[in-house]
Amino acid sequence: MIEHIDLSLINWSRAQFALTAMYHWLFVPLTLGLAFIVAIMETIYVRTGDVEWKKITKFWMILFGINFAIGVSTGIILEFEFGTNWSNYSWFVGDIFGAPLAIEGIMAFFMESTFIAVMFFGWNKVSKKFHLLSSWLTAFGANLSALWILVANGWMQYPVGMQFNPDTARNEMMNFWDVIFSPIGINKFLHTITSAYVLSAIFVVGISAWFLIRKRHILFSKRSIIVASVFGLVSSLYLVWSGDGSAYQVAQKQPMKLAAMEGLYNGQKSAGIIVFGVLNPEKEYTNDEEPHLFKMEIPKLLSFLGYRNADAFVPGIKDIIEGGYEYLDENGKKQSAISTDEKIERGKIALASLAKYKEAKDAGNDSLKIAHRKTLEENFQYFGYGFLNDPKSIVPNIPLVFYSFHIMVALAFWFILIFVLALYFVYKDQIVTKKWFLRLAFLTIPLAYIAQQCGWIVAEVGRQPWVIQDIMPTVAAVSQIDTRAVQITFFLFLIVFTGLLIAEISIMSKQIKTGPKDS
Amino acid sequence: MNRSNIFNRIFHLYYDGFKNMTIGRKLWTIILIKLFIFFVVFKVFFFSDFLETHFKTDVEKSDYVLKQLTSPKQLKND
Repeated sequence: MIEHIDLSLINWSRAQFALTAMYHWLFVPLTLGLAFIVAIMETIYVRTGDVEWKKITKFWMILFGINFAIGVSTGIILEFEFGTNWSNYSWFVGDIFGAPLAIEGIMAFFMESTFIAVMFFGWNKVSKKFHLLSSWLTAFGANLSALWILVANGWMQYPVGMQFNPDTARNEMMNFWDVIFSPIGINKFLHTITSAYVLSAIFVVGISAWFLIRKRHILFSKRSIIVASVFGLVSSLYLVWSGDGSAYQVAQKQPMKLAAMEGLYNGQKSAGIIVFGVLNPEKEYTNDEEPHLFKMEIPKLLSFLGYRNADAFVPGIKDIIEGGYEYLDENGKKQSAISTDEKIERGKIALASLAKYKEAKDAGNDSLKIAHRKTLEENFQYFGYGFLNDPKSIVPNIPLVFYSFHIMVALAFWFILIFVLALYFVYKDQIVTKKWFLRLAFLTIPLAYIAQQCGWIVAEVGRQPWVIQDIMPTVAAVSQIDTRAVQITFFLFLIVFTGLLIAEISIMSKQIKTGPKDS
Repeated sequence: MNRSNIFNRIFHLYYDGFKNMTIGRKLWTIILIKLFIFFVVFKVFFFSDFLETHFKTDVEKSDYVLKQLTSPKQLKND
């Protein structure tokens, strides 16, 4: 019997998850980066004994506290949604998701909450060095919390270290270290946290620039700009490096995402990377229209970045759907890519084997059980394709991924320019007079948030239709609940999270207007 | 330093910290309201765990998910 699934249920469930994740990520990156900036400032205070640095530390610490308090627990909603809206997925991933999230919860509670208390309540109550240690441990604790959730996300992008158990319909962790040290997971963690550091540095530079425009707290602002710009510049360089690592992993493990990021419909040898381009809205992978109305590209760079070979072949959307191109597998052996039609066929064999395995198990027929399990395991890598009926459904939203990727990259280089100029003007002692730069630096704050959201759009929209790459699409992951319930909670979240955002902006603005206080 | 002294100092760290909060009071109010909305309103009224609510044992849950996975699916607009 064919079960009919309402597309609007999937879309509303996805929209709700996206809304929650995007709002959550408005709060998280500033916490991750500002914690380190504060720790660095306090280190300078402890080493020099200069009370101006204590004033600087305390001011940014208060903004860190506001952001932490408003943002804390916003991620818990995502876990609620797993159980309610994505119950098939929740069950299917089993302990692989549960273990990292449990570790995250315990670490976040004990490390962050303990040392944050010392950070805020401990001035003059504990020694300077213990207070400083608490600030650093808060920063490391916050970032370690991010490690676990990003490892879990990395596993969804590239599932490793597990085995599917057909008796329980769950994936069981076979190797914890394979999950933790998955190349996708590690790159994702490093790229994500460094991007958070850049956002935080832009925030500090921007707010300090605002003080300088108003000719307030000149020394405070200059010193804040120096620390944030150095921190931001170092982080930016690492961000570019980790971005390259992420793109390399995407090329190997998620070629469709890479093709979407570049709007690459037909594969090419010596493929260039697009610096700026406009997509042709008429383009489909089945027609011969040009993919871009306009483009500026750097020749051969996509091949080099994706495969470390300037002449390598980069498969396009059409190639990935039709197959037939050659690629190197994980063991470095040359393989011919199979078509999506064939993957769908093998996925359906895997699903049928699972059903027959269950029947054989219920009938007590062990030999049939073994045979069907073997067929299931042979085809499990395409398990998720069995839920698809049309090869086109593996193509994500190309314009959204393409433009998000290019905006993110362009903004990353813009931020580097801001840090370099800030340091140059401070070094030349001209920063106070460069009003145009100060205004630009202040206006760059929202751009840092836009870059963050674009990064997540590339990562998540770029891998659609998969919840778990190649193993489970959204259509199989969603709970069969009433669409109206999802719609109602979508708007409830929208109201609550918007309220939190308004509270954050208004409390923070008030605190910034008040400015740093002499301690 | 004896144990009671350490506990006393930890107690006063938190006690004095909470007592002397300025902006922290507003933030704690927001945190508590937020937690109430999340854990009482959302969790209780809107976000019951689908499998926990509908099935009692792990066997029932896995049977249900297996059935979900192995039933051919078609989107209504396919």
